Amino acid sequence: MTSLGAHEAASVLSGPVLADAPLRLHAGVIDYILVATYFALVLGIGFIARRSVSSSLDFLLSGRSLPAWVTGLAFMSANLGATELLGQSANGAEFGIQAVHYYWIGAIPAMVFLGLFMMPFFYGSKVRSVPEFLRRRYNPATQRFQAVLFAVASVLLAGVNLYAMAIVVNALLGWPLWLAIVIAGLVVLIYTLIGGLSASIYNEVLQFFVIVAAMVPITLVGLHKAGGWSGLKAKLFQQPHGHDMLQAFPAHELTGIHNSFWSVIGVVLGLGFVTSFGYWTTNFTEVQRAFSAKDMSAARRTPLIAAFPKTLIALVIIIPGIVAAVTVPGIQKLNEGGTSNVNYNDVVPLLMQQLLPNGFLGVALAGLLASFMAGMAANVSSLNTVFTYDLWQGWLRPGKSDRHYLNVGRWVTVIGTLIAIGTAFIAGNFGNIMDYIQTLFSFFNVPLFAVFILGLLWKRATGHAGWAGLATGTAGAIVIFVLNQAGVIPISSQGSSYLGGGVALVLALIVGIVVSLFQTPKSDKELVGLVTGVVDATEAATAEGVSAVGEVWYRNVWVLGIGALVLAAACYIFFMFV
Amino acid sequence: MPRHDNKVLNYLFDLRTIIAVLFAIYGIVCIIWGAAFTSSSELDKAGGININLWGGIGMLIVAALFVWWTIAKPIDQQAAAHSLEESEAEAQRNL
Repeated sequence: MTSLGAHEAASVLSGPVLADAPLRLHAGVIDYILVATYFALVLGIGFIARRSVSSSLDFLLSGRSLPAWVTGLAFMSANLGATELLGQSANGAEFGIQAVHYYWIGAIPAMVFLGLFMMPFFYGSKVRSVPEFLRRRYNPATQRFQAVLFAVASVLLAGVNLYAMAIVVNALLGWPLWLAIVIAGLVVLIYTLIGGLSASIYNEVLQFFVIVAAMVPITLVGLHKAGGWSGLKAKLFQQPHGHDMLQAFPAHELTGIHNSFWSVIGVVLGLGFVTSFGYWTTNFTEVQRAFSAKDMSAARRTPLIAAFPKTLIALVIIIPGIVAAVTVPGIQKLNEGGTSNVNYNDVVPLLMQQLLPNGFLGVALAGLLASFMAGMAANVSSLNTVFTYDLWQGWLRPGKSDRHYLNVGRWVTVIGTLIAIGTAFIAGNFGNIMDYIQTLFSFFNVPLFAVFILGLLWKRATGHAGWAGLATGTAGAIVIFVLNQAGVIPISSQGSSYLGGGVALVLALIVGIVVSLFQTPKSDKELVGLVTGVVDATEAATAEGVSAVGEVWYRNVWVLGIGALVLAAACYIFFMFV
Repeated sequence: MPRHDNKVLNYLFDLRTIIAVLFAIYGIVCIIWGAAFTSSSELDKAGGININLWGGIGMLIVAALFVWWTIAKPIDQQAAAHSLEESEAEAQRNL
């Protein structure tokens, strides 16, 4: 699932399965051997990880034992699914440098905010999931509401990921859709079932390195063939929108908003604040990676460490897209407003086909397949945790032995994966419905963020304010979406998703405040560690002592957080002058 | 993550080792392929750059760096034991 945009992922889905196969790669035996090596290793990870699974916490949260660099890279790459990779390169080809907004303003500030301000509450309260935090801060109804939404969303999104992969595998290698769905589904099932979250996280990190190994040569060789950066610019200037593609602001093309002022507002507030904070700070698929860190310092550093590769990877994803805009005839035609037998989402496969020799093609294929599976595994492993802890232990069957919950976790993995496989099979017949589902799920995050902020900052917020705010906020976003689709609100679909997010945020806050004012507030004792400023006096003193000493400078969260913001800002400035 | 005393398994399950193994295999295969089996038409595709050779060398360097890191800073056994106690205590609390 992408951070912001259902729309990129959605368009991957609606890509046609082309009969004349312009994307077919001439993969040789050596390429298949390299792909097979990768998957042998991934299954091996599952088996080695098994020995450290002796409790439900081991299976569902890696026993809270992982070092910060692992959780950090996993945090970043749980989002770098293949739909994200293909979709963002497509954005690069269509919008040029404007696509960096999805990374630098659309992710980094939110990740820094999560690490600096929110993680102390998340990790410090020892909750095991985002819905569990909602129960502690609000009430069980809020926990259940969020857990059910999240579980349904996760399983359907896992299916969407699987189907997107099958389409790509079909176009690149000519495998039938059903075969690709079944094989990929089974590989994911085996390693997540055996190794739990650890196996899933290890694969995410491994996948990240392979993707980088494939994208760096594609970027460098692509630039070389385009005549270097200056050659690329010269060629872009000859195209109708070439000039705009080299300017990050005001990003008319990206936002679809014609007025420059509102376009910039859309990027900064819509993308940079509403959608981005909603996704990065409360989406359990992401946050779970930090929950599995070994201590508070590692948990806070998880999103901060992730921010650095997140900033830099934009370069090897978006620049290849821009290269394709001038070197791939089919993409060039699209930018000139013509029709073509390929579409923007084919940028990465087209470049692989054009540039990579057999051998490295295998590395790139392994990376692409791995990132599809990692995206699906991330959905499955977060579904597990929420179902087991929030729905089963917290609601349906409380008070059983830990062994019982470990088994439930394993069963949910099996059933969840099977439903995802089923969803993937159905998805082919209902392409548009799947697009809508993705878009709708992207609205759930914003009200969740609003409810979190209300709860963290205002100790007067009461139990029922939680679910009431979530429900109205979500409903508000859906209403805006429907009105936009029906043509009642005549703005671009990007603009409408910013507007929907904004409406959801405001509605959730207003309803949360109004409901709270009609109820008796919780006592301070119940809110220790859950609301800013409400702390247990003795614990506060120890926490202060722990964070002040014993950390070298490069582990200091403030150094990392500010460093990440500076790096992102420096990247913007750099692209203003090159 | 190491929970047991088996040192070999601990090294194997160290993610740094896994990354090193994968990149060493990929690096060696790509170097050999680039040196011996990459045709001139494939070189032309990449503007004369031998991606297999250079990419392979790059991956081998990454593998070496991870080996060095794994050896220089092995997983702290004591910290691992500590986190085991903690997670067991937590499992108890959550029951």
